[in-house]
Amino acid sequence: MRDVAVVGFAQRQMRDFDGSPTCVELLVPLFKECYEQTGWTRQDVGFWCSGSSDYLAGRSFSFVQAVDAIGVIPPVNESHVEMDLAWAMYEAWIKIQTGEVDTALVYAFGKSSAGVLRRTLSLQLEPYTMTPLWPDTVSLAGLQARAGMDAGLWDERAMAEVVNRSLTDAEKNEWAVRKGGSSVEELLARPMYADPLRKHDCAPVTDGAAAIVLAAGDRAREVCDRPAWITGLSTYVDEMTMSRDLTGSASARRCAEALDLGGVDTAELHAPFSHQELVLRREAGLADDVTINPSGGALASNPMFSAGGIRVGEAARRIWAGDSDKALAHATSGPALQQNFMCTLEVSTGSTTGGNR
Amino acid sequence: MSRTLSAPVTVAFDYTRSTGPVLGRFLTGLRDGVVVGGRTSDGQVVVPPPEYDPVTHQALEDFVEVSPVGTVTSWTWVPEPVKHQPFDRPFAFALVTFDGATKPFLHALDVSSPDEVSTGMRVRVRWAEERVGAITDIACFEPLPAGEEAVPAVAPSGAVDPVTGIVVPVSLDYTYAASPEESAFYRGLEQGRIVGQRCPTCDKVYIPPRAACPSDGTPTAEEVELSHTGTVTTFCIVNVPFLGQRITPPYVSAYILLDGADIAVLHLILDCPADEVRMGMRVKAVWKPEDEWGTTIENISHFAPTDEPDADFETYKQHL
Ligand SMILES: [Zn+2]
Repeated sequence: MRDVAVVGFAQRQMRDFDGSPTCVELLVPLFKECYEQTGWTRQDVGFWCSGSSDYLAGRSFSFVQAVDAIGVIPPVNESHVEMDLAWAMYEAWIKIQTGEVDTALVYAFGKSSAGVLRRTLSLQLEPYTMTPLWPDTVSLAGLQARAGMDAGLWDERAMAEVVNRSLTDAEKNEWAVRKGGSSVEELLARPMYADPLRKHDCAPVTDGAAAIVLAAGDRAREVCDRPAWITGLSTYVDEMTMSRDLTGSASARRCAEALDLGGVDTAELHAPFSHQELVLRREAGLADDVTINPSGGALASNPMFSAGGIRVGEAARRIWAGDSDKALAHATSGPALQQNFMCTLEVSTGSTTGGNR
Repeated sequence: MSRTLSAPVTVAFDYTRSTGPVLGRFLTGLRDGVVVGGRTSDGQVVVPPPEYDPVTHQALEDFVEVSPVGTVTSWTWVPEPVKHQPFDRPFAFALVTFDGATKPFLHALDVSSPDEVSTGMRVRVRWAEERVGAITDIACFEPLPAGEEAVPAVAPSGAVDPVTGIVVPVSLDYTYAASPEESAFYRGLEQGRIVGQRCPTCDKVYIPPRAACPSDGTPTAEEVELSHTGTVTTFCIVNVPFLGQRITPPYVSAYILLDGADIAVLHLILDCPADEVRMGMRVKAVWKPEDEWGTTIENISHFAPTDEPDADFETYKQHL
């Protein structure tokens, strides 16, 4: 295995992006920030990979136009996944492992506000027995939230505590769309929306884009004083149906079991609904003293196709700043935590301590 | 004025899917008014039946008819239904475990307020009036009236062939935005101007303008007003009629390199016989009457020959 680190990260998160769904004009300044962080030009980037969805954009091949933001003369080595930035990063990590390239810039974008997001996402579902009913994202999360409440695994108060901590931490995040903690009592006094969910239990519809820079070995050390070394990566998927056990997430548990989570001091968990953070904490076996979502997490803003990768970027920033020595980053997709991705980022390469997959 | 122009767009199409033997059997059952589950090797009875056993990975062949009555295992309120959900007024989605099944099944539950739902409540299938072999043959669940233990029998649909396919209409509504640069282009057309932008790095002029130069990634900024005259770089003669066609074939669709631009635009060549259109032909924009102009390329009705001599191949060979 080659040692690969996250050495650059830039993001934009907003309630409503006044621009085209391909977000080219959003990506240009993001790439500029990544070049400034690394001192590179686009010719120094060995591989490009993007994450986005044509269903979100309402147009075909939306990722092709986004390539304008790179510039393609001389030609670039480029790929795309119809998934979150985190999975685009996974592809880039594999590309670097092949030895073909030493560096990669991965990016993702999505204008969730162009359509009705919770409806558009029904197109992710099993197409024979689910999509024709158009079960929306919020409803599917509501079924999961109640399943856990009925099983006694969490309650409204535990969910409100997650929200209050997230919105309080989000006050320090310049990109947070929703921020400002109050108190658990105040949150619990707000009206029910999609019973058992209140509006603050659900991530806000968010437009945005993000980019992550990866580099191997000395290429990483050249551009970063404290590279965030990727010491483990895993991704698993649960069955598509809602007949699985919704009170947990078997795939998240398998992701965690595949990694060495000993010594993790910080976790950025991609939980678009408050109870999902509780599921993820339990499945990852995180101790009470682990700092969870210091960025405010997805409850503060959840740009589709970027929000998972932003968890990786936020975790890496904590490592660069010396606020963390070992962080867990998690991304999810699909209904009720169906698909999951986790990686560990460390201040040392970890190549002698094991834990790599 | 907002930075960009936007307009509503609906993207709609029908997904036609074959069902295979397992889902086909389930959907055939619904059409005939019975709920079919599958028994997996670990003893679970799952509705809809999975195509493959989750433990042995063998094709599932053990089908079981379950009761159309069941118990709610989880539910959520839908205060603001979205288009095409089973109800256009507030309702519940529920997970229901049918009597005889061991795992829950997702569908809508017809109740008028969250106070009328609870985990553990008994519900039954309400069949759709017309059943065609689709998940929507179950209209919804409804509370099981006290004292009743079953679902009223339904008349057979009359069909006998097994269900082998379904059609799922998909229709998504968007507010589609142009980029700020494209918006400047369309606003220019509204004033009878053709606006491009020049890349500060490579000097290329793009029309419509784009947010970044696709060659080198530089943001484009400098606005350039382009000539209404240009050269046909390549073209095709449309002979085939198709749905939504506005002009009777044959007609010519061509790439036109406007003087001063570095990328061709696609438009119609009219006012001359289709077989006289050629590469290098000089053409000019023919605008509609000014009172019909909007923020659209359709302000230019078409391009027509200028009767100048043809352009030299050297002048446009880089743009083919
Ligand atoms: Zn250029």
